[in-house]
Amino acid sequence: MGKTIDVMSLYPKDMNIYGDSGNVLTVTRRLALYGYEPRVTAYNQGDAWPAHVDMILGGGGQDTGQKKIIDDFFRRADLLRTLAADGVPMLMICGMYQLFGEYFETVDGTKLDGIGVIQAHTVGRDVRMIGNLVEHSDEFGDIIGYENHSGQTFLRAGVEPLGHVDQDGRGNNGEDHTEGARMNNVIGTYMHGSLLPKNPAIADYLIRVAAERRYGEFGTADQTADQREELARIDAIADKARAVAAARPR
Amino acid sequence: MAWNSFATPAIGKAVRWASRALHHGGSALPGRVIETIDPRFLARTLGTLPLGVVLVSGTNGKTTTTRMVASMLADLGLKVFTNPTGSNFTRGVASALLEQVSMTGRLDADIAVLELDEAYAVHFVRQVKPRYALLLNVMRDQLDRFGEIDNTARLLGHVAEATTGTVVLNREDPRIAGLAALTPQHTQVRYFGLSDDLKRFFPSDDDMATTVSVESEESGNDGTGAASLPAENPGDGRDPNAIELPADVTLTAVGDHKATFRIDGGDHATDVRLEGVYNLYNAAAALAVVRAVVADAPHDAARDAAATTGGETAVRGQSTSNGKKASDGFRARLERFAQSDTDALVRAASRVTPAFGRGEVIDVLGSPTELLLVKNPMGFRLSLASFPPDDADTMIVINDEYADGRDMSWLWDVDFTSLRAGGVAMVSGVRAWDMALRLNYDQVPVDKTDTDIESALNLFVHTNQGRRKHIYCTYTAMLTVRAALARIADVADAGVGK
Repeated sequence: MGKTIDVMSLYPKDMNIYGDSGNVLTVTRRLALYGYEPRVTAYNQGDAWPAHVDMILGGGGQDTGQKKIIDDFFRRADLLRTLAADGVPMLMICGMYQLFGEYFETVDGTKLDGIGVIQAHTVGRDVRMIGNLVEHSDEFGDIIGYENHSGQTFLRAGVEPLGHVDQDGRGNNGEDHTEGARMNNVIGTYMHGSLLPKNPAIADYLIRVAAERRYGEFGTADQTADQREELARIDAIADKARAVAAARPR
Repeated sequence: MAWNSFATPAIGKAVRWASRALHHGGSALPGRVIETIDPRFLARTLGTLPLGVVLVSGTNGKTTTTRMVASMLADLGLKVFTNPTGSNFTRGVASALLEQVSMTGRLDADIAVLELDEAYAVHFVRQVKPRYALLLNVMRDQLDRFGEIDNTARLLGHVAEATTGTVVLNREDPRIAGLAALTPQHTQVRYFGLSDDLKRFFPSDDDMATTVSVESEESGNDGTGAASLPAENPGDGRDPNAIELPADVTLTAVGDHKATFRIDGGDHATDVRLEGVYNLYNAAAALAVVRAVVADAPHDAARDAAATTGGETAVRGQSTSNGKKASDGFRARLERFAQSDTDALVRAASRVTPAFGRGEVIDVLGSPTELLLVKNPMGFRLSLASFPPDDADTMIVINDEYADGRDMSWLWDVDFTSLRAGGVAMVSGVRAWDMALRLNYDQVPVDKTDTDIESALNLFVHTNQGRRKHIYCTYTAMLTVRAALARIADVADAGVGK
């Protein structure tokens, strides 16, 4: 039996738009193929918080979904801030990315609080940024995905984006060519598609950090030859899917 | 009347003829010309229909349900105009109308049944107020076009607001059922629904929380329920304390080509020719809207009688010269139609045949081959559940053109584990590698992946000849697959639906 890694899927009932569950599946399967024992907990509003959490994955949602989770989310805000400060790896997509920021200003000027894990704020706009997107990161290489959001996010000076985009009209706010944000081991991004299947480098980063925090190192002693081969096969397919996606129209 | 309204049918027909002759083949081009030169064409032409317009919209099942409603009304004796090419944009409707109208601009029909895509339905109701609206469901589909599904529901809300007679709503889809609040004061609302024990077969969008964790070990807390087996646990998205609204037609039992509908307290069991369990629920929807039309028929007949005996044809909006004669035929049809009882309606439903890409079976080199159109996660899930993969070879073709939706995220909302045992013989289309990756993460074995549809299809149909085959295609992939199959098999030149 491999070593256990506890993965939390945050609000999958209401924050799950755009196939974000693909991220949970990718992490789960890859953990198993590295010889670990993934244990997934779905946390929805009102649920008991599990005893142990090694990684948290959150997705996008619509306004109605955000309304349903918001009270519970603020009840858990201190806990999430502590975990983020402790270095728990987290991936927050779209709606959860915005809620992890400092605030969201709606089109009519109302300010809604975020939990401030990421020093950024978002402004609601009438125009959506929609389409295939490739962004560049020194650590992860090209990140391939699909964005679909009307909120424009502005990072505070000094906050590191997840990647850089080549053109105006895409990314965090359409202006400064940044996309996403990083804070400790928290990644916020607008990229779905789902993100992790076609970007295994990010999935492996989350896995590595989770294993190092829990066991002191990311070891693959329990990985079998078959599992190593299967992982290589999946990554070869991901490479082909990445090449096609990068060449598609917006 | 403006000069151009007389000329419209002639110009439109000429444009249609020219575009066909030039092999553009596009069904919307003449409509586009007409919209420009005569923007009132649609409203004026459809306004002459004595029983008005039935508008069908929603994410899944529009084409099949429109076909059912039109076919049932015709079966019960009415003259029906519909947009059979599935060109479900307003321009497509205008183009279809041009084919049918006489040179004087008259449409020889009693009622129109029109399928409209959610965004175009809003555009349409600004020009023509439907008398009946049938609103099926809101699912995540083409989100890159409409934004979010709550926006899609809002679009359909505009349809509900514009409907003058009866709005028929899906009781089991909370976003659709909620539109009842938007209907005008004198517009009636009817629902179609499912019996409790069938609800697990028809999950709503909110039940699709995630496809994962089925295989992962659950921790002890009680928060894991939503993530496990979403399709079997549909109660999650619904308020258990809500009082159930009475449904006009309830689907109470399903089987292989069999369905039972509860209507006025009685259960009516029938055979159906449609494929797939989800089409049985579409049949309940169609029955509910046809029942609304039948319910109005005695009043319409009386009104028509009063108008024609009074020497006017106000109801029909026709010239008086031949109005009397035409009206007599209409009134006879309408009076007969008004007599339709529930058995006649259910019989009419049993006779409807599948539309293009909705469980069409083609003989390809001795293999019974099912062509299955998939365009969103729920449709894909329901198709997988409706066509068990045992003893069949499976091919999946995924494109990402505009009409398919550019965003591939939806593939991750489909649970493919039912294909694990038999595997997938061939994956193709522009996004074949995305699909192959998806299947690999669900541990479904994939034999071959080839982005070229023609070569992939060629190998697929020549392998295991005689064995049953399932081909799942997105919209534009379906067009290519049908064209390629037509060279080696007898493929009906059916209208292209969406």
